[in-house]
Amino acid sequence: MVSLPLDAETLRKDFPVFGTLAHGKRLVYLDSAATSQKPHQVIDRMVRFYESENANVHRGIYELAERATTAYEAARESCARFIGARSHRSIVFTRGTTEAINLVRFTWGRANIHDGDEILLTEMEHHSNLVPWQLLAQESGATLRFLPIDDDGKLRVDLLGDYVTDRTKLVAMGLMSNVLGTINPVRTVADAAHSVGARIVVDAAQAAPHLAIDVNELDADFLAYSAHKMCGPTGAGVLYGREDLLEAMPPFHGGGEMIREVYPDHSTWNEIPYKFEAGTPNIAQAVGMGAAVEYLEALGMDSVRDHEIGMARYAMSALEAAGAHIYGPKDPSERGAVISFTLGEVHPHDVATIVDQEGVCIRAGHHCAQPLMRRLGVPATARASFYIYNTPEDVDALTDALEKCKEWFA
Amino acid sequence: MSLEELYKEVILDHYRTPRNKGRLDPHDVALERNNPLCGDEIELFVRFDGDTIEGIGFEGKGCSISQASASMMTEKVEGLTTKESASLAESIKRMMAGEEEGDVDTLGDLVSLKGVVKYPVRIKCALLGWNTLLEALQEGGKG
Repeated sequence: MVSLPLDAETLRKDFPVFGTLAHGKRLVYLDSAATSQKPHQVIDRMVRFYESENANVHRGIYELAERATTAYEAARESCARFIGARSHRSIVFTRGTTEAINLVRFTWGRANIHDGDEILLTEMEHHSNLVPWQLLAQESGATLRFLPIDDDGKLRVDLLGDYVTDRTKLVAMGLMSNVLGTINPVRTVADAAHSVGARIVVDAAQAAPHLAIDVNELDADFLAYSAHKMCGPTGAGVLYGREDLLEAMPPFHGGGEMIREVYPDHSTWNEIPYKFEAGTPNIAQAVGMGAAVEYLEALGMDSVRDHEIGMARYAMSALEAAGAHIYGPKDPSERGAVISFTLGEVHPHDVATIVDQEGVCIRAGHHCAQPLMRRLGVPATARASFYIYNTPEDVDALTDALEKCKEWFA
Repeated sequence: MSLEELYKEVILDHYRTPRNKGRLDPHDVALERNNPLCGDEIELFVRFDGDTIEGIGFEGKGCSISQASASMMTEKVEGLTTKESASLAESIKRMMAGEEEGDVDTLGDLVSLKGVVKYPVRIKCALLGWNTLLEALQEGGKG
């Protein structure tokens, strides 16, 4: 048996969805890389907000509005603490990682990226950290470059010298790949970027739920993450930005809340981070995100990480024994527990449909990373991703179901 | 029909031994289409004799449902007129949309594709070949 630091079978009881069945069987949820399930601590916190604290934030004079603002700002403090940010001023609430990255594109990007500049990405980026930069490159005349990966799915940091040049103005990269699980050496890349005066945007959507993150250790200029992959609700995410950069940036959306004074022909801007939060934010979702942070902090991110190393080790060995081909780094300590695989000639869609009949939820497709799929030379993969509520029994359910695929297609 | 029956009795036969698989030369129309979300691909080759589909072949890769459905389609439409095959494709689409039951007399074996309706994300796999055919017929009609 594997030894795991978290008692996942007990943690499952925190998640109401596991009280339901899938096709009459135990719900084996192996798609947390797409979105995680939500514990009642988070759900209840949002219900409590609506039942006893609901008002608009930063507006009302009355006590109820003060309660709403207090809850919203407490969530901001939690989200700052979660990634080691020194001040709440660095934390902009967004709808999620995608909006956070687009915020950088439209504000810092438009002000700082010009014709002839280079934006460095990696071959393993999720579309959300690729398409915004394509659009910026198209409108500015900048060029996109892609730091390659090796055949194990690790970044070729040995090539950084060729890819970070005096034309490089921005590096945008994921901390953990949503396909390969690779944990990238962001600090090494950040140092290279900073040595030429470039800025670095870190897509931490896949990493934040699973790893302890410290923006200062990473030396990230910007970092984005989403609530919904880390036990929180959809519709909430964070853009971390270095305070001096946020101060200097033009606003994103215009509207209420982000202004200081408005005249018919011009306006002045609120202080950071409010300058970037136009309109009524997703208040209950932000409060829920704060509760998700507290839930994970109580488990301890180091225990979360250790649990997933153990799950990745068990799952990779079981999948290999079942005849699956696994993509990404072989060493579980170098990767997250998001495991892409193919099963012989059985197409990933067929695999996903067949295992679903056994109550096993996995993803199949290109995982919003089409350029990476082309690099791997496959149109699609199946993907099983694990989180704090997954147990070795879940892996066994998957491999048993894979036996069925093999039998049908034999 | 259970998933196992659908696969074992319908899909896997055509997936393993696809009919009319391969490039057809000469052809009047060649058309390549894919499902961007899945990566399923079909390239369809059609040769007309007047108004009739005289020959049809396909290349492709993708999941078993996309490839098996294309194979079944080529078997069925060869020898039909463009009008007949377009009307067949439209009734398959209506059946897959749940708008009609699917008539065994008209559709024959193709009725078994209805088993896919229970798996909504796979419907577009089953329809890839048929949608490509409808486009190919339009293109053939121009020439």
